[in-house]
Amino acid sequence: MILGQLSAGDLARRLAGPGLAIRTGPFSIRMRSGIDSLQTAVALLYDRHSVVDEDAFCDFTLEIVPARGLRRWVRPQVRLFLEGQAPFEPLPREHAFPLLEWSMNWCISAQAHQYLLLHAAVVARAGVAMVLPAPPGSGKSTLCAGLIHRGWRLLSDEMALISLAGGELSALARPVSLKNESVRVIREFAPEAVFSAEARDTSKGTVAHLKPKADDVACMDEPARPRWIVFPRYLRDAPATLAPRPKADAMLELGRNAFNYALLGQTGFEVLGGVISASDCYDFTYSRLDEAIEIFDALFRQHRG
Amino acid sequence: MSPRDWELLLAQARAARLLARLAQLCETRGWMAAVPDGPRRHLESGKRFADRLRFEVLWEVEHIQAALQALPTPIVLLKGAAYLAAGLPPGNGRLFSDVDILVRREQLPGVESALFAAGWIAEKLKPYDDRYYRQWMHELPPLQHVQRRTYLDVHHSIAPPTSRFAVDGAALLTGCRALPEEPRLSVLAPVDMVLHSAVHLLQEGQFDGGLRDLLDLNDLLLHFGADTSFWPDLLQRARELGFGVPLGHALVQIDRLFGTRVPDRWAAELRSLAPPSASRRLMASLLAVALRPDHSSCDSRLTGLARWLLYVRSHWLRMPWYQIAPHLVRKAWARSLERYRSTPPAEAGV
Repeated sequence: MILGQLSAGDLARRLAGPGLAIRTGPFSIRMRSGIDSLQTAVALLYDRHSVVDEDAFCDFTLEIVPARGLRRWVRPQVRLFLEGQAPFEPLPREHAFPLLEWSMNWCISAQAHQYLLLHAAVVARAGVAMVLPAPPGSGKSTLCAGLIHRGWRLLSDEMALISLAGGELSALARPVSLKNESVRVIREFAPEAVFSAEARDTSKGTVAHLKPKADDVACMDEPARPRWIVFPRYLRDAPATLAPRPKADAMLELGRNAFNYALLGQTGFEVLGGVISASDCYDFTYSRLDEAIEIFDALFRQHRG
Repeated sequence: MSPRDWELLLAQARAARLLARLAQLCETRGWMAAVPDGPRRHLESGKRFADRLRFEVLWEVEHIQAALQALPTPIVLLKGAAYLAAGLPPGNGRLFSDVDILVRREQLPGVESALFAAGWIAEKLKPYDDRYYRQWMHELPPLQHVQRRTYLDVHHSIAPPTSRFAVDGAALLTGCRALPEEPRLSVLAPVDMVLHSAVHLLQEGQFDGGLRDLLDLNDLLLHFGADTSFWPDLLQRARELGFGVPLGHALVQIDRLFGTRVPDRWAAELRSLAPPSASRRLMASLLAVALRPDHSSCDSRLTGLARWLLYVRSHWLRMPWYQIAPHLVRKAWARSLERYRSTPPAEAGV
């Protein structure tokens, strides 16, 4: 069953009560929250995702509930609970949905050691994937959001999940997190795009989440082979420039952008080496999204031709 | 087991820091193939994490040895590092945290200097806390390595001098055994290792690792118990060092949970060492509650009270009464002033 098939009342009842579990790629995640804004965002952004049976196994159960005491009512806050623990500071109530998204990312990055996990966006086309690693603010999410509205498939905007067995990339197909100016840019670039309500004054500024395309959600179980590794850097007024990056250097940088590279030891090294060997590595500077898309389309045509 | 049962099991195991051990158990018993896919991935993931920690501990131990080898004191590994280095069963599937070592008391200043030169710095503590460690307890303040960010606790005994169970570290050093492959490193004699485990269990105020510690103790008893002289030696050593009480309490829990008990011919001698009946029953019930995994599914109304009573008792064991009350009050005050430190989610790599 798809989440969108649930009635609004049913959805609210399940989220507020026993929890509602959805499948996102290889993970089943149960969400519990009575917070209105969160329920609305989930209904909007996850409506194409499969609902997991109430009795089925879930990898994580996330509860976003009002903070206790005074902060339940005065400048109200919410808190994440995971297995009875609250690992994070409370956040304003309006940030409940971003908190849910960040918490999902955190759970996966902290525990899914059956994958090599990189802090990167991943998009794919015709079975081959482009990995866009970068620290926050490099513009990778904007690029990612742009690409997926010009023929590329979304695997993830935050995390590359690389299989330890074959080096393939798995998809999560979850909402794309965009901030500040990026939201406006993408609204203009892709008028058909659906966004959650904006959350202001988060630690990242104003944040909104972009709904994944229905096709991308439908294909979430299809892996992709790594083909390009592109280190993006947004630079005001700069022309879009693609420059090859030495593989050894790219490997070191990717290792630095990984969540569990050290933990996986030799296996991590071998898998990362395999990904690098199979990929062309580039540095990329850009300011205009349409120029960027052209460059990547050209890369794809080159691959095809 | 139903899928929800599996979720609960994994959550409890994680809370008790036993996920990797559970994974190890499933592997050793050949059960992994029968575990459903979802839970199995979590077990395997937990095991990978523990495997990594083994490397890191051995690496730490190498550095410690290099730093201290010129000093005239044995370097005795304690607890987790000892189990791993000596290849003992509790070292498997273990989530190591700090490394603990025991050295000769007179050499403490030299040890601290040598470690400092090698990059271990004492955490900057408030003067009160610094005195707590140096004068009242049995350790230097926790040392952290400036580069690797790992923690090292240096002891000169296994109980503080003010404790009811104070013991001169020299007595422990006489029994320690050098590691065959690494003669410059030692571990405690088997009976001392077991007694340390029992004393540690009851003296430490924190019980979130309690079940894990009991599993370790059980492993040690089963492993060493294969030697027929072990049990009588253990009881004799407990008598010598005055550890009859904690050993008695620990063995009650071990028997309750795992059925491991002193062989019949030594049962009478254990009874003569063990504490009087009323307090034994009280402790047994407090411990039974407090040692459950720190997960809401394991809590009863009494859990908080039991843990608090044992926390207070652990301090009572470690300090004279005129030191405890001011100490506990001060600690509670400091805690409520201190902000709960955690990683803001937006910076947690995502």
